[in-house]
Amino acid sequence: MSVPLLEIRGLSVHFPTPDGVVRAVDGLSLAVERGETLGIVGESGSGKSVTFLAAMQLLGKGRAQVQGEILLDGVDLLTTRPAEMRRIRGARIGMIFQDPMSALHPLFRVGDQIAETVRAHEDIGRREAAHRAVDALRQVGLANADERAHQYPHELSGGMRQRVMIAMALVLEPELLIADEPTTALDTTVEAQILEIITEMKVRLGIGVVLVSHSLATVADVAETVLVMYAGRAVERGPSIRVFADPQHPYTWGLLDSLPTVDARRERLVPIAGSPPSLIDPPPGCRFAGRCPYRFDACDGDLPDLIERGGDHADACLLGTADRRVVRRHPAHTTAPGAPA
Amino acid sequence: MSRYILRRLLWTIAVVLLVTLVTFVIFYVLPSGDPALRFAGKQPTPQVLAQVRRDLGLNHNVVIQYLLYLKRLVLGDSHGWPGLGFSYSTGAAITPQLWQRAQITLQLVLGGAVLWMLIGIPIGVISAMKPRSLFDRASLVTGLVFISTPVFWLGLMLLWLFWSTLGWLPGTGFVAFTNNPVQWAQHMIMPWFTLALLFAAIYARIIRANMLDTLGEDYIRTARAKGLRERRVITHHALRASIVPVITLLAIDIGTLIGGTVIIESIFNLQGLGNWVLEGALNQDLPVTLAVTLIVTIAVSMLSLLADIAYAYLDPRVRFK
Repeated sequence: MSVPLLEIRGLSVHFPTPDGVVRAVDGLSLAVERGETLGIVGESGSGKSVTFLAAMQLLGKGRAQVQGEILLDGVDLLTTRPAEMRRIRGARIGMIFQDPMSALHPLFRVGDQIAETVRAHEDIGRREAAHRAVDALRQVGLANADERAHQYPHELSGGMRQRVMIAMALVLEPELLIADEPTTALDTTVEAQILEIITEMKVRLGIGVVLVSHSLATVADVAETVLVMYAGRAVERGPSIRVFADPQHPYTWGLLDSLPTVDARRERLVPIAGSPPSLIDPPPGCRFAGRCPYRFDACDGDLPDLIERGGDHADACLLGTADRRVVRRHPAHTTAPGAPA
Repeated sequence: MSRYILRRLLWTIAVVLLVTLVTFVIFYVLPSGDPALRFAGKQPTPQVLAQVRRDLGLNHNVVIQYLLYLKRLVLGDSHGWPGLGFSYSTGAAITPQLWQRAQITLQLVLGGAVLWMLIGIPIGVISAMKPRSLFDRASLVTGLVFISTPVFWLGLMLLWLFWSTLGWLPGTGFVAFTNNPVQWAQHMIMPWFTLALLFAAIYARIIRANMLDTLGEDYIRTARAKGLRERRVITHHALRASIVPVITLLAIDIGTLIGGTVIIESIFNLQGLGNWVLEGALNQDLPVTLAVTLIVTIAVSMLSLLADIAYAYLDPRVRFK
């Protein structure tokens, strides 16, 4: 098999603070192929954004200790020199962010902001760059792209702004698009449109997409593969259909059980009890153990790694597969101590 | 945009009218005693007093007096426009002197402003790029020194060093640019620096703080994520956003300085507005004091109008409010 488009091997991102070292990401590995969307799901602070800021060398000088490898087409981005990295950002990796209002410069016209990306990487004139910007806006389905290009971000709606961000990230037809919670700040109706455009552009350009989200439902719709992160670790990875239909890790169960469903199989939503552990000197063993209803002695041993259980589906849970089936059918959290009977 | 400017312009006219009313009340109505006595200088003769009453229309009631005052301002008087009358102490018309002195003060203040921006902006930007670095700390300390140094001491020190000791620069006085540009610059350079060093220190701190805020914004991360050179991220994206709020401040400072450079003008013997208002106050020459007060307040409102227009030009969000 050829080299994956993006491969992360044993990535750790640690932030030294006066209170101790924050282990934001701890031993993360993943891969994204061309033409594939990898969905990354986890709650705030699980390390999903930090991972890709590290990949872009955007964590800020000297603030983070980054170890491991982030390979783009086999070349390690972590050891790439800053000048070379600048040429990769925007041209080979496009990135869009959570809140398009704050991610766009308020004082520049959106067309100019896109044209600026082109001119940062290609030696072309103003007029041609402006044409490219309008083209890019048209490609992401923005009506009246000519006029929109001359407007400022505050004159556009949230959905339009995120389209501008996508156009800006893809104007140079990069190989990889990193979308960091691209729909979190948007209405649900707009969310579907934005995800559709991302998928459409992925197919058209044949690029790899990383879609970071805190919502498993958002990701499951558009991603072929899903990676669930918890407290800086990967806890489950697999084809999104299988992760959604047959989740293996208790944290993924918790994520799914806290979602409302249309057919109301469940009578009430079940939140995951407790909150994520502090990432400063976390105790040994599974990071989720403190909140896990099925914790047993082995969970406090070593940090469990992802283990392949067949069908490309991997998880980092120490429960035996037979036990899982039993506890999944008779969930513990409905009778957890302290819960109303 | 043009509607915005029109609105601001009408507002400025209203403010200027209000300023004329306030100055009128302060100079004509509020003080007790005969206004003619106050305007007429130190030891007026009965003839002069009669002339003052005639010139200023003091025989009429207060409302008419104000309207006459306004009429002289708007339409001018026999001494020119705006009509500010005549100094009964020196026997000279106010208006021609006002324009001549305003030119000198403007050259001092505007030159100083250009200089302090040229010094303050780069220092603020570089400090913000590497906060707590040696450069940042050094500029902070140097800035504190200039902020706390009395202006008169700084001016005298410059004179002592560059004129008296080294002999590099001419001492005091003023040479018109049109007469001799080189000598003009030689005479202005010390007053400019005296003025600019204090303000450069203040502006460097403000720009540093604004830059630090801006550099934490999401759109700076976007600018880097699209592969811009760090230089462009700083000068184009961060500085642009950081400099906008400074415009208003700059307008206020320039406006205030137009009437507030008394010390520098005295030290360097520049016959500007500051020196004039000082003489006026010492000689109880009320027409002079009134003229400078009026011109400075009007200048401040005009400059804030200019600042608002510049602000709207630089920040598109303002135009739509």
